[in-house]
Amino acid sequence: MKPVLETHDLTVIYSRKPVLYGVDLTVHAGSIVGLLGPNGAGKSTFIKACMGLIPLESGWVELFGQRGRKAIRRAGYVPQRESVDWDFPVNALDVVLMGRYGKLGLFRRPGKADREMAMDCLRMVNMEAYADRQIAALSGGQQQRIFLARALAQETDLYFLDEPFVGVDAATEAAIITILRKMRDQGKTLIVVHHDLTTAAQYFDQLVLLNMRVIASGPTQEVFTEENLHRAYGGRLTLLTQAASERIQQRSS
Amino acid sequence: MEVFWDQTLRFFSFGDPIVRVAVAGCLLLGLACGLMGSFIMVRRLSLFGDTLSHAVLPGVAMGFIWNLSKDPVAILIGAVLAGYLGVMLVRWLTATTRLKEDAAMGMVLAGFYGLGVCLLTFVQRQAVGDMAGLDKMLFGQASALTGTDIQVLAVVSGVALALVAVFYKEFLVISFNETFARVSGIPVRWFNGLFFLLLSFAIVASLQAVGVVLVSAMLITPAATAYMLTDRMHRLIGLACVFGMLAGLIGCYLSFLGAGLPTGPFIVLVSSLGFIAAWFFSPRYGWVLEKLRRISRRRRMALENTLASIYRFREGEGHAETVALSLLGLSRHRNESLEEVESRLKRLQAEGFAKLVPSPRTAALEHCQVVLTAKGARRARTLIRNHRLWELYLNRAADYADDHVHDDAELMEHYLSEGLVDRLDQRLDYPRVDPHGRTIPSKEEARQ
Repeated sequence: MKPVLETHDLTVIYSRKPVLYGVDLTVHAGSIVGLLGPNGAGKSTFIKACMGLIPLESGWVELFGQRGRKAIRRAGYVPQRESVDWDFPVNALDVVLMGRYGKLGLFRRPGKADREMAMDCLRMVNMEAYADRQIAALSGGQQQRIFLARALAQETDLYFLDEPFVGVDAATEAAIITILRKMRDQGKTLIVVHHDLTTAAQYFDQLVLLNMRVIASGPTQEVFTEENLHRAYGGRLTLLTQAASERIQQRSS
Repeated sequence: MEVFWDQTLRFFSFGDPIVRVAVAGCLLLGLACGLMGSFIMVRRLSLFGDTLSHAVLPGVAMGFIWNLSKDPVAILIGAVLAGYLGVMLVRWLTATTRLKEDAAMGMVLAGFYGLGVCLLTFVQRQAVGDMAGLDKMLFGQASALTGTDIQVLAVVSGVALALVAVFYKEFLVISFNETFARVSGIPVRWFNGLFFLLLSFAIVASLQAVGVVLVSAMLITPAATAYMLTDRMHRLIGLACVFGMLAGLIGCYLSFLGAGLPTGPFIVLVSSLGFIAAWFFSPRYGWVLEKLRRISRRRRMALENTLASIYRFREGEGHAETVALSLLGLSRHRNESLEEVESRLKRLQAEGFAKLVPSPRTAALEHCQVVLTAKGARRARTLIRNHRLWELYLNRAADYADDHVHDDAELMEHYLSEGLVDRLDQRLDYPRVDPHGRTIPSKEEARQ
């Protein structure tokens, strides 16, 4: 079976400084993959490069064994919450409907079936009661769930999620991870940018430790070791190491 | 005065061909600007719109120099090219230097505008060809529009309207979340190019009647007015178009009354007044209604607090029917002046919550007896129930100390809905005693 995502020698340069350098990565179907690394390690850059949002200096990305725009259409995307203006004059259902636009193509308008499908997606994230709410009137966690519903409406097999747990309360975090697991159980692959080491081992089936290069990747229990974390986070890891090693001890005991 | 009515009649009968052309021009520009301005505003591109509207000026002059006549098509092409050049220059500056976008825009805006004014002045000095209206490009004069201008305007606005209608969903998602649109496979670059072109069209359509200096106001103000009134993009666009056209019509009329006064400032002024009206009186986001709502909320809370006080006083006396509560007694109990309590009671009486019964012994108002009506007693019991259940909930579920729960409950009692209170009741297993040891009225009691 072909890997869902494969990158080879992926290199991205921002104003003469490499952000990603020679990243080789292979991800197979049906898992939740956590993308971890310190600030500025190139996590967001990596998923943007995979989706063709930024130019590559060298290397290639294959989604489902294909390259180019057609392949990228087979990926769904949950951007960072702060990346949009929440005062924008649309309601929650309008946002979820945007997930259908790619499938609709240029000239078709969203119809009744799309609307019903969008409502189903809202139901899946427990937000159906807020369908006609203006999006600024939603809490941070609710906004994140709307983004998740929009991704569900895209009906793709691979999703890139950029920091979906930032700025949401604990209850929403738990709700989101439940939804992600449900999606995984349907055979979807989720690549999640994450920065909280204390929850990483719990949330993800696979981990990729990134710091300009891939430090380690594979099943969580193999990757989430103190040595690997040290290599990814360098000298910056002090409190974090403690938290993480405590977490490891908890898991092994 | 007679002249005024004469002129008004002459204008609104639209019999005069010059008036007809001017009005048609103003309506079309209002439409085009409202349409494109809506997107400009929600995309936070207001400064970009301003830059573009100034950058087209040299192109307008060049379009004239091209064949020394005021050919609207040549002017349109020149303007779009100049605008494109200006926008590219801004991009190039921000990409290759340390300058930020606002600085680059500021420079390009002023530089192109200066160049445009110089070119226009130069053309006029030459005094060749038919230049009617060319000098009006700065502040706008609708009466300088010609029939050909209107034809071009109509085509341009019609094309813009049709394209936005056909590609509404693409423009919507690109405006809201451009990266998401790109991942969805929408050719964003192509649409942004189209957007730039349509925006340039709207600007050029407005130049003759509003002038270079004020075009950006025509883009933003109607859209901003609409934004005060609605939360949905398609309604925002519709309203912005209507407001733009209304401002165009009324501004055109005012300038006509002033015989030859520039149209642009009047149109923009009318548009701004419309915005101020919406800002003040919008049902949802209006300043005045928000203030009124706040006042009425505060008054309702004061009345409800008085009701609750009456209940608490009676509760303190074991709900004995024989114990009378006078207005004076209530004022002492609530620690408020007699006048305050009196005015509240009058209000409560007017709304049928309480009665003031004159004392048999004296006529003095302060000795009047305060009696709750059945309706008032129900309301009071509900408030007390809300208050005490909330206290208990904070105490038990949120670990609030029992001497800290009162202030919070004092506020919440006015806002809790019946459904929420029922759930609280259920969650707390239908308690009868609050953290201070007082009785919580049950649902049935509260309703009696």
